[in-house]
Amino acid sequence: MSQQFLPDNPLPQEAKVPEEIARFSPAVEAEIDGHLAKYPPERRRSAMLPLMFIVQRERGWLDKPGVAYIANRLGVRITDVWETATFYSMIYTKPAGKYHVQICKTLSCKIMGAGNITEHCAQRLGIKPGETSADGKFTLSEVECLGSCGTAPMLQVGFDFHENLTTEKVDEILDACARGDYKFAVKVR
Amino acid sequence: MFIGAIGCEPLQLRRVHLEHSRSLDVYRRNGGYEALKQVLDGMTPDAVINEVKKSALRGRGGAGFPTGMKWSFVPKDSPKARYVVCNADESEPGTFKDRYLMERDPHMLIEGMLIAAYALGARVNYIYTRGEYRYLINIMDEALDEARKANLLGEKILGTNFSCEIYTHTGAGAYICGEETALLSSLEGMRGHPRMKPPFPAVSGLYACPTVVNNVETLTAVPDIIKMGGEAYQKLGTEKSGGTKLWSVSGHVKRPGVYELPMGYDDMEKFIMEDCQGIAGGRQLKAVIPGGSSVYIMPASDILGKDVRMDYEGLVVAGSMVGSGGFMVMDGTVDVFETTKNLTEFYKHESCGWCTPCREGTDWLVKVFKRIADGEGRPEDAQLLLDICDNIEGKSFCPLGDAASWPIQSAIKKFPEDFKRHLLPLVAGAKEDAALSMV
Ligand SMILES: Cc1cc2nc3c(=O)[nH]c(=O)nc-3n(C[C@H](O)[C@H](O)[C@H](O)COP(=O)(O)O)c2cc1C
Ligand code: SF4
Ligand code: FES
Repeated sequence: MSQQFLPDNPLPQEAKVPEEIARFSPAVEAEIDGHLAKYPPERRRSAMLPLMFIVQRERGWLDKPGVAYIANRLGVRITDVWETATFYSMIYTKPAGKYHVQICKTLSCKIMGAGNITEHCAQRLGIKPGETSADGKFTLSEVECLGSCGTAPMLQVGFDFHENLTTEKVDEILDACARGDYKFAVKVR
Repeated sequence: MFIGAIGCEPLQLRRVHLEHSRSLDVYRRNGGYEALKQVLDGMTPDAVINEVKKSALRGRGGAGFPTGMKWSFVPKDSPKARYVVCNADESEPGTFKDRYLMERDPHMLIEGMLIAAYALGARVNYIYTRGEYRYLINIMDEALDEARKANLLGEKILGTNFSCEIYTHTGAGAYICGEETALLSSLEGMRGHPRMKPPFPAVSGLYACPTVVNNVETLTAVPDIIKMGGEAYQKLGTEKSGGTKLWSVSGHVKRPGVYELPMGYDDMEKFIMEDCQGIAGGRQLKAVIPGGSSVYIMPASDILGKDVRMDYEGLVVAGSMVGSGGFMVMDGTVDVFETTKNLTEFYKHESCGWCTPCREGTDWLVKVFKRIADGEGRPEDAQLLLDICDNIEGKSFCPLGDAASWPIQSAIKKFPEDFKRHLLPLVAGAKEDAALSMV
């Protein structure tokens, strides 16, 4: 194989730096510094996932300016950031709804009625799993086991767990989201 | 949901019901950080490893590797940094014990990690938690801050020469990152692909440095091992696997929950029918997957009246494995074809794509399952599934491929009628000609 395909070889030309790079408040920058301080300085790349979650919290998803920011901050190439981002289901490389409703579909939830919950959500929201509502409010997903098998069926809104679900409970949650007064209990730090 | 011990005094779960059980204050008032003091008061690292060896503690993450032995593989003379990494990825379907340990008793994990770090000479350590457990990362961060303020973490801990840091790190939704080498790749900011073993992480792990990866439940056992002595801990269980084990019970039992049982608890039937209060709705037990989705499924006939002992050896004799202790119970309404299809979809989704047998194989398996579910199953499809499994098992780069094959192999062997039911209509029914022409 010719040399240029070896992974450690530098790119033949300077990677083109996109014009737009995300900017964050000093408070967020300090938070990011805190994450970087956890790893040896020459291993900054380790902060990739923690930084992606912060970018997503601030910008809704991992957009191009966000990717450019991370590449810049970690001293890696844009493609390195994409390479990592596309592996992980919780990293959004497309915009996601404000309320990401994620229903577990794995065995214990399935035998405890997860199918009904998904159907109910799909009907109420008018979208199928994998889709985002036209107003950008909701994304509906079916996901794999989230560690609530003993309190099945379950769903997550963002990072919040909702367990032992009934359709009434689901309605309460979705109503709160629709009214805009759903309070996220868990936040990315 | 029940959380507690059966058949023994609660050990790992003894603080979970206390008010403010997460706080340093409650932890300390209930025996917390005494083991760390004992260690720093004059135990050598070797003495600590020796106690863990005597305890017969086996890793609780799934593979059951003896913990003391793993620790002793870390080279003593290496000039490199050493790391202890806690595996809190907990993504094995049916498993949710680590979640409650961290939620209710985070300092127990911190103390266990500190003792491990002392024994192995590690200065900086990480807790890798699955991204969906964000609330636990926040809980751990708060507990770590509390410990730092109390000089239980950081420079010169409790006035000794021992300095140590622990940081949380987040995953982002990938089951494979529970596999220890994939976890380390992910912790380095890469895609979560497994790495070749050897070298094992104990020799070359995080940043190519000696690294011990242990499950949450393994590390939380360490303070008690030090406090009561390795021998006393071992005696709580069996000769070959010491102590107590947490079982995450879900599915069709009346009382699901996290159950702490002594290793070697004598009867699985009693466990299901009495401790978990039997099958909900008065229905019949049909099947159990006792150790997370990656183990063989057991039919009721292999459990009822069979005195199945709940430990590593006992479950192998009974035809399955302890795995992660994710104990999923299914009643007579369950179609094992459907459950196997469900788990196969899980493995297809979670295959990391690195090696061909697993990436392509799990995809084919799901295609065949879908075809059968759509009523277009061919008579030879059960055999086809087994053939694909045979081409994955033992031929994939990491154990995920094997894990995808085992549920199918055992389900077809133990529940052939549930598969036949989906194939038969073809032979007898409308599409008979088409089906036969393919044989
Ligand atoms: C596909 C796969 C997934 C795994 N997931 C987990 C997991 O979520 N948590 C865990 O502790 N171990 C998991 N393991 C086991 C780890 O590779 C490793 O054996 C374990 O963390 C070692 O810790 P222990 O000796 O304390 O059990 C997994 C293994 C494989 C092959
Ligand atoms: S067996 Fe599957 S999960 Fe493991 S390396 Fe191969 S493709 Fe990845
Ligand atoms: S199977 Fe749904 S949370 Fe585990």
